[in-house]
Amino acid sequence: MQAELVSNKRVGAYHHMSFSVGDLASQALPGNFVAIAVGGEASSMILRRAFAIYRSTEKGPQGGLIELIVAPHGQGSRWLTNLPVNSTVDMVAPLGTHFGIPTEPVRALLVGGGYGSAPLFGLAELLKSRGCRVDMVLGASTANKIYAPLEGKRAVSSLTITTDDGSMGVQGQITDVLPEIITDKEIEIIYSCGPMGMLQAITQVSEQFGVMHQCAVEEAMACGIGVCMTCVLPVTGEDGVTRMLRSCIDGPVMDGSKVIWDSKRKIPEGTFGA
Amino acid sequence: MTFSYATTLGSASLPNPILTASGCAGSGKELSQFFPLTQLGAIVTKSIMIKARSGRATPRMAETPSGMLNSIGLQGPGVDHFLANDIPWLAAQGARTIVSIAGETVEDYAVLARKMRNLPGVVGLEVNISCPNVENRGMVFSCHPETARAAIEAVRRNIGGDLPIIAKLSPDVTDIVAIAKEVAHAGADGVALINTLLGMVIDTNSMAPKLAQKTGGLSGPAIRPVAIRAVYQVHAALPQLPILGMGGITSGRDAFEFILAGARAVSVGTATFGNPTAVIKVKDELEAILVEKGFSSVEQAVGYAHREVLE
Repeated sequence: MQAELVSNKRVGAYHHMSFSVGDLASQALPGNFVAIAVGGEASSMILRRAFAIYRSTEKGPQGGLIELIVAPHGQGSRWLTNLPVNSTVDMVAPLGTHFGIPTEPVRALLVGGGYGSAPLFGLAELLKSRGCRVDMVLGASTANKIYAPLEGKRAVSSLTITTDDGSMGVQGQITDVLPEIITDKEIEIIYSCGPMGMLQAITQVSEQFGVMHQCAVEEAMACGIGVCMTCVLPVTGEDGVTRMLRSCIDGPVMDGSKVIWDSKRKIPEGTFGA
Repeated sequence: MTFSYATTLGSASLPNPILTASGCAGSGKELSQFFPLTQLGAIVTKSIMIKARSGRATPRMAETPSGMLNSIGLQGPGVDHFLANDIPWLAAQGARTIVSIAGETVEDYAVLARKMRNLPGVVGLEVNISCPNVENRGMVFSCHPETARAAIEAVRRNIGGDLPIIAKLSPDVTDIVAIAKEVAHAGADGVALINTLLGMVIDTNSMAPKLAQKTGGLSGPAIRPVAIRAVYQVHAALPQLPILGMGGITSGRDAFEFILAGARAVSVGTATFGNPTAVIKVKDELEAILVEKGFSSVEQAVGYAHREVLE
């Protein structure tokens, strides 16, 4: 669909971009992502760029909105963040699985790395509306890579920030503060989004404390709709068999304890069809 | 004037000349959320192998200028799962299916061909011979006339009936016409031109090849001129041999270029990754172009660029 860019604001190292998408916004849930064509009609960039949805609003003054937090890292995302307001982009949305919401109120910890915090604020609001207590930990290399907007923090009981360089919050990594928070707040489930190394480290902590862990994974993706088979990662199913699953349609939200981490550049032994 | 959009590939009659490309449409389920598969001339499935395969390690993909590299490694659940699940589903959709098969040995191709007899909705077989031959130092079947012939002969002997066999050829050869002649003599009813070109990208940050497998197949608009050249050369040498053309088609204009070069039908592949409905866009645009240029059928336009052009 054609989505109109209605706002584009720089926030620290990122851009907060809002797109008018009409009724589509009502179908988007925390964890879902969008895929946007970049570079314009004569672009040599043939693949869409995938972005986690920061927030979706069904009915506002501008109709249904989907908001994204974009890090201008590469050629495609730089083109996107340079777009003026009122531009239109070609967007496929919403895609992928969403975070599972417990039927009973639970004590949840949301953990985000860098702009991986984006989908967690909408999740925090949803969890709070279901009676959950929500704590949050955000980490990044440095202060301007922490994305924690004021309005996003309303649904959160406590927010802990870590930076590698100590320029904001606690100096260190997310995993340095997790054990204490899990224990103090009696956390029952962790939701996370961020770099794969961080998700792997959170999985180790969650297993140590016997806490459930739903993570939104990030793999290089070509199609976003399940046909190209590039964004796969090894995941062990209910039947105990490890298969190469697509992070675009079997994910991005996965059970951290079922993912075989540390599988970059190799297929784990015993994988189905290996 | 009435216009006919129908075409043929050997004995297969198709309502239009727009197909998916193998490996770019799965077995149709994902794309069927975007359009009914009956809209296609035919769906060409992902290459089916005898056993389940995990495929290659990641990273498997790198975007390149107007293209991409992939090294999926033919991930799939194997032929028996495909026959039990995908074929009945495709038949229920009313889709015309061209099954792509791939083997590691000549015997694999024979076994797969036998399993393809009398399947509902299947109108043809695309034989992916751009695979390493494990019995011959991993040499790619389609890169040598003898092995290309052996694989196609194995399919011909075992398929039975009149299901057309389309041999998919690699462009990574010195003389693609020689390979096309070999597979035609071996019993192929047509050729699919072209498979991906072997390429490599080196990540200048890590200073190592970007793909885990180091090399991958290049696809997308970047390879279109290579594909057009291959189709043109093969059509010039073997004007009666049906050609399924592919390589970087993103628009009706691109598809028209293939028809002019000598293709009777075309496959849309990588464009689907950027736009799930690319196949339908190409179909609608090509029809409009053929009508606008005054052709009354696809047939009339096939190989039109080969005519003597009067100055």
